[in-house]
Amino acid sequence: MAKRIDAKNLNIYYGKFLAVSEVTFTIAPRSVTAFIGPSGCGKSTVLRTINRMHEVISGATVEGDLLLDGENIYGAGIDPVDVRRTIGMVFQRPNPFPTMSIYDNVVAGLKLQSGRLRKSELDETVERSLRGANLWEEVKSRLAKPGAGLSGGQQQRLCIARAIAVEPQVLLMDEPCSALDPISTLAIEDLIQTLKEKYTIVIVTHNMQQAARVSERTAFFNLAGVGKPGQLVEIDDTQKIFTNPTDQRTEDYISGRFG
Amino acid sequence: MTTVESAGSSLASPPGAGIRKVKDRTATTLVYAAFAIALVPLIWLLWTVVSKGIYMLTRNGWFTGTERGITYRDAGGGAWHAVLGTLEQVALCTAISVPIALLVAIYLVEYGRGPLARMTTFMVDILTGIPSIVAALFIYAVFITTFGGERSGWLVSLALVMLMIPVIVRTTEEMLKLVPNELREASYALGVPKWKTIVRIVLPTAMSGIVTGVVLGIARVAGETAPLLILVGYSPDKNANLFSGPQASLPGLIKDQFSNLGSTTILEGGKRVTVHYAADRMWGAALTLILLVMILNLAARVIARRSAVN
Repeated sequence: MAKRIDAKNLNIYYGKFLAVSEVTFTIAPRSVTAFIGPSGCGKSTVLRTINRMHEVISGATVEGDLLLDGENIYGAGIDPVDVRRTIGMVFQRPNPFPTMSIYDNVVAGLKLQSGRLRKSELDETVERSLRGANLWEEVKSRLAKPGAGLSGGQQQRLCIARAIAVEPQVLLMDEPCSALDPISTLAIEDLIQTLKEKYTIVIVTHNMQQAARVSERTAFFNLAGVGKPGQLVEIDDTQKIFTNPTDQRTEDYISGRFG
Repeated sequence: MTTVESAGSSLASPPGAGIRKVKDRTATTLVYAAFAIALVPLIWLLWTVVSKGIYMLTRNGWFTGTERGITYRDAGGGAWHAVLGTLEQVALCTAISVPIALLVAIYLVEYGRGPLARMTTFMVDILTGIPSIVAALFIYAVFITTFGGERSGWLVSLALVMLMIPVIVRTTEEMLKLVPNELREASYALGVPKWKTIVRIVLPTAMSGIVTGVVLGIARVAGETAPLLILVGYSPDKNANLFSGPQASLPGLIKDQFSNLGSTTILEGGKRVTVHYAADRMWGAALTLILLVMILNLAARVIARRSAVN
């Protein structure tokens, strides 16, 4: 069920400001791809164009094609709401819905998308998703408690459970561990290894060790210069990026000689 | 081993510590004094109304009787007709105002961009400043002068709507702005359409604040008197019909008793005593009005707690 992503000549704008220019890449199904690069180079922006979350910000637009198994998600007649049902997202800061219990948080996507569902189906989804997010054992006895009462790491796994409950094809993660301690980070990284068997995963991270640990492919983004748009410098196997990158700028960045 | 020197003098009394302490004390005293001064009129007012009004509330028939046939020379009388009128008028006003105000606030926060939104904000600002008597005259001009209607309770509700809407719009707007954008994004990312995100995620998250806004709006209009004088008048008798004839209300009852103040002399235990029946009823009605708003407030808080953010 995982799908392949092809980006072709993406130009991403905030209003008239060109934030990222000419991004082209291919992401294979059932793989983990890491986006790395300095702050402000547009890696989160690129990530948000993959499920059309970019255009939620007023004035934000995208040019170019983004193909999901060959189908252009920016094509005419494509509803961004449908795109987001296929491509899930986990954010930097855990954001469970504060009015909902753990149970309701997990099924929020299902309930809000399609309305009435049988209780047994929901129960099944909750257990499967929480197990998938490696949280089931910790919360199974208190599913009716508020989701906001969990620890930060648990909340983030709850958000992952919520994202995979709607059975997306692709899972986007925007610095999912940056607000978490090392133990929770390890739990999420382990989880990513399990999730990639079913989903195509794209993860933005500032932590290069994390990129090296979890991903098979790594994309390095950089600013073309001060006041210029961000660009994709290179995308290659993680092994190669971290040991023998093609581009000098990549080597400078990962060896700390940046700027 | 090295000996650890006592940190001693330098931490205990650094330069400037004395002055800082004086400043701290002064500021603390000022803040408490301001707090006490602010409390004085509030407690004074409550004490006056409670001490003068409690007598009528504890009498038999206050919450069941009316003022029919009662003058300043007569003891007794009730406020049921007025409580009923106020409840009806405020209920109709709330039923009209809340949906409109919520939709306006949602538009302004979630959708509004450009000139239309700016104009709406501007209009709400103007509405906030409209005196109640002007709102009442406007309703009179439209519904009585132009359309030839009759003075009745529902016109009061309409005038109150103009006062209530801006209060609810303002508070709801602030509450919706407090809902973190991350929650909206989390919902969009699950493939939930925008309208459903607003109805199922944003509104419940802001619910307790919105309810507070509605209660503030009710408190704002429940004591309004100008629209009553102009649009419905006062009836000492019970009139449950919002759409016909004069109707009593608590502010109306207060005003009526105030206009007919007077003392009378009665014989009590063989002695002549001067009593002020109308004044007693006036204070009783004032206390009843305060209690009514307080009960609505508490009820709203209970409702809000049920749907509150845990």
